[in-house]
Amino acid sequence: MPGAIYAEGLVKTFGKVRALDGVDLDVPEGTVLGLLGPNGAGKTTAVRVLTTLLRPDRGTAVVAGIDVLKHPDEVRRSIGLSGQFAAVDEYLTGRENLTMVGRLYQMGGRDAKARATELLERFHLADAGDRPAKTYSGGMRRRLDLAAALVVSPPVMFMDEPTTGLDPRNRQQLWEVIQELVAGGTTLLLTTQYLEEADHLAHDICVVDHGKVIARGTSDQLKARTGGERVEVVVHAAEHIGTADEVLRGFGKGESKIEQHTRKITVPVAGGAKLLAEVIRELDARGVEIDDIGLRRPTLDDVFISLTGHVAEVAESSGQDGGGADGDAGPGRASRPGRRAPKRAPETKEGAK
Amino acid sequence: MTTVTPAAPRIGVPKRRGAVSQSVRDSLTVAKRNLIRMLRIPEMVIFGLIQPIMFVVLFSYVFGGSITVGGSTSSAAYREFLMAGIFAQTVTFATAGAGAGIADDMHRGLIDRFRSLPMARGAVLTGRTLADLVQTALTLVVLAVVAFLVGWRSHENLGKVLAGFGLLLLLGYAFSWIGALIGLSVRTPEAATSGGLIWLFPLTFISNAFVPSDNMPTFLRHIAEWNPFSATVQAARELFGNLPPNYQAPDAWPMQNPVWASLIWSVLIIVAFRTFAVRKYRSATA
Repeated sequence: MPGAIYAEGLVKTFGKVRALDGVDLDVPEGTVLGLLGPNGAGKTTAVRVLTTLLRPDRGTAVVAGIDVLKHPDEVRRSIGLSGQFAAVDEYLTGRENLTMVGRLYQMGGRDAKARATELLERFHLADAGDRPAKTYSGGMRRRLDLAAALVVSPPVMFMDEPTTGLDPRNRQQLWEVIQELVAGGTTLLLTTQYLEEADHLAHDICVVDHGKVIARGTSDQLKARTGGERVEVVVHAAEHIGTADEVLRGFGKGESKIEQHTRKITVPVAGGAKLLAEVIRELDARGVEIDDIGLRRPTLDDVFISLTGHVAEVAESSGQDGGGADGDAGPGRASRPGRRAPKRAPETKEGAK
Repeated sequence: MTTVTPAAPRIGVPKRRGAVSQSVRDSLTVAKRNLIRMLRIPEMVIFGLIQPIMFVVLFSYVFGGSITVGGSTSSAAYREFLMAGIFAQTVTFATAGAGAGIADDMHRGLIDRFRSLPMARGAVLTGRTLADLVQTALTLVVLAVVAFLVGWRSHENLGKVLAGFGLLLLLGYAFSWIGALIGLSVRTPEAATSGGLIWLFPLTFISNAFVPSDNMPTFLRHIAEWNPFSATVQAARELFGNLPPNYQAPDAWPMQNPVWASLIWSVLIIVAFRTFAVRKYRSATA
């Protein structure tokens, strides 16, 4: 039986660019799927297809057991969508926004009002509930947007980069809300370019790039694919890099990697903490002064690099609340095809073996 | 109806309503939202008033003495002739308002939000055009007062005068659907504003709104006489009793039957552009 969100062979092209190039998804009920990928990978397009906003050129999609292409109206009754840019009316108060959405979910006036009050409480917006959303901070708007997606308790939720542009504290708060939601049994598809976020929230992760799912599995499975643990050393002085590298290669079971400017040397190892102690002793014996040393398990960043050959580009959109530092700005459809530029920013060579 | 209590852990979507009642309800919900916005951004309404007021004053005092209407060069005669034209031009500005508003909603992702909700398909646009209609009506009231102050009078009974304003509002409503389509078709609210305005100038000037069409070159005269805009202007003049005593209407059918022509044109525009706009909305951002 297919999961709460199921897609097979989704294809969507914008002009010459294949935003979705045969995407398959299957999200079991009550779980969270993290759709992870850089800007322009096709994450938003996938969400737009699954939430009935966009018709795919090919493929099938079933959400909450309903065929998205055949019965979009029915699907809309079973989903909540929280977009990348807080889609609230900024001249309406938080309460008015939520009441309006409740009415449009076909609730009665009194129910919609009561629900708005309840959601304002739950999302720590009660004090600001009667102020126009224009006066809200970025984090508050995002919470209001999420609240709007939860006016009914939809069995299936879609969140498109829910924390992009939020500061760490607001991100943490939003994560808590999302975890609460999932604990209540909601099936969630979450897109993110933050590897940490997928790691933290998602049961399963699909890594997408250029409109294709290039890897899928749990966070642990994906990490295992990039190889095991490694030792990372930062030496105090640049002239010690050579010696330290020699030591590490002696213990390592693969090529070492040197970053001159940060004086960091990394080598894959097997042997855990015991080995680490030996490395430290040996470095000490050879008179290498170290600033930092540690046993590192692969992060999703490493996964991403090893899968795509480039790092996930997060820097450009962080810290810009809905501002649009790049082509992702605004849901204006004209910019959509453009941002799926086939060429990426210069790739970092760090990941190359 | 729903029996879900607010405290219930799961709040479901209430049962389906009939298509028509849902459509009306959703449209009113969206209209209410747009009217609240209007109250919160009063400067929009105020700027919307200044331009037509300026037109009233400028046209009646600057051109007043030099334009011949029905053989009379008196500025009082021109003023009476002019007002229906200014009223009609004012209602067409609803186009720009609707266009910019909808483009702005698209830009901000609100249209995506609406399109993901189980609401009637045309309601976002209908709600917007209804709210614009309210604004247009308010503008017309203010404008009528200003016009009265500069000497405009109607010479017909109240019923006819109201019918005249009714036709003007209908034209404005029709044009706001054109604006809705423009708003859905452009990329930015700014483009919607200018795109909603530029074509209004030839439309309103190649008409009988400001000068009688009689002295225009033949080609332009035909356009002016069949212009939907002219029909409403002519109808309003007739219903206000603002046509000069010895005035001879042009032979073109819409000028001979302006009330019918105005009604037919407005209804045609609404039907056509509502269809296009709702279709565009369904696939918006696609």
